[in-house]
Amino acid sequence: MIPASFDYHAPKTLDEALALLARLGDTAKILAGGQSLIPAMRFRLASPEVLVDLNRIHDLAFVEERGDHLAIGALTREYALESTAVVARSYPMLLDAAKVIADPLVRNKATVGGNLAHADPANDHPAVMLAYNAQIVARGPTGSRTIAIDDLFVGLFETSLAPGEILTEIRIPKPVAGSGGAYIKIERKVGDYAVAAVAVQLELAGTIIKSIRIGLTNVSPIPVRAKAAEAALAGQPPTEAILEAAGQAAAAECSPSADLRGQVDYKRDLVRVLIKRTVRRAIERAQGARP
Amino acid sequence: MSQHEITVTINGEQHTRKVEARLLLVHFIREDLSLTGTHVGCDTTSCGACTVSIDGQAVKSCTVFAVQADGATIETVEGLATGGTLHPLQEGFWEKHGLQCGFCTPGMLMSARSLLARNPSPTEDEIRHGISGNLCRCTGYNKIVEAIQYAADKLRDTKGA
Repeated sequence: MIPASFDYHAPKTLDEALALLARLGDTAKILAGGQSLIPAMRFRLASPEVLVDLNRIHDLAFVEERGDHLAIGALTREYALESTAVVARSYPMLLDAAKVIADPLVRNKATVGGNLAHADPANDHPAVMLAYNAQIVARGPTGSRTIAIDDLFVGLFETSLAPGEILTEIRIPKPVAGSGGAYIKIERKVGDYAVAAVAVQLELAGTIIKSIRIGLTNVSPIPVRAKAAEAALAGQPPTEAILEAAGQAAAAECSPSADLRGQVDYKRDLVRVLIKRTVRRAIERAQGARP
Repeated sequence: MSQHEITVTINGEQHTRKVEARLLLVHFIREDLSLTGTHVGCDTTSCGACTVSIDGQAVKSCTVFAVQADGATIETVEGLATGGTLHPLQEGFWEKHGLQCGFCTPGMLMSARSLLARNPSPTEDEIRHGISGNLCRCTGYNKIVEAIQYAADKLRDTKGA
């Protein structure tokens, strides 16, 4: 399967890339890791007239703690997350996700920024970043702005990034003491998209869940939070009854579609179970002094 | 429909060619350079038969454009053996019967090479995860895992000697 013809540019700086996007307008598509875009082009699901390849802008790849957050450059390869000490130490939910995205070969090339900007509800980072309450930094012709992750996903494969803007960085708030997170994904086979997956980041106050954010993968047309489940858990002790109520709330509020990965009822029930499992694991980590 | 002149170093040899932007790296390797050891299996970024190493990273060459490899150092399965001597991985696949039909083998070898570069003493579980981007349609995974273990042992012994 051969993609349709296109023009190709490989700018070496962000400014050069922004100038190209400004000049080319809607005809251009940004190429990052290409692990979703290139297959889509081979299937002719996407036929951009021009590709602006960001892979030669080397300063867009970094993972480092800066003050109150973890800064991840948009062009950071998924593999880099697996091999960065600060991620393993302080961001276990991110590490959970990094290990189950596609397969090791894809992770060598795929990027964190691309995983988000593609806005595929089947991708793993959207739910994780929703649970972390991350901030997205975008650069446009008139400068940088930050976008709250809650405002990033507006439709299927659609973000609030303006044409001509480039997602440059993801900022994850540094977890405070007493907090913990986890990402649990059920996949039919290694490398597949999730049948369903749940991302949980919470903070404990004694035996009470002080605050919690939950993101869901592949059970809605847009990456979403499980807000009813969050409401069922916030301010509560994590008893079996409370967890079950939260699981049922999430099962009711998500909107999966039936496909080869399962029927709607099955997916909803999977969400119910995964909410309980993931909250429990996040609590274990919060209590184990692992954020 | 842009044409680009690219220069890549493949298995130590430099090649300069004009390519169309949409040419996939795997087709460049197989058709322009006649290195047909790299296979096209699924064409959907699933099977890993087309795995090559670009600047030390194992990737699926069906999911990279040739133009993106301009200036890169690429290694394919043809570059594994040196002077007629099999690479320890190839020897392992030979000794442990790590192949049946052989179609996935080039990708398995290149993937395993990347795995061992990162982790010279992998557990069986780590090997299985390490090659999870490569599908064997004969389902000969047990022997493939043994072959990679053989190579890991041999490479460690050689380094230690």
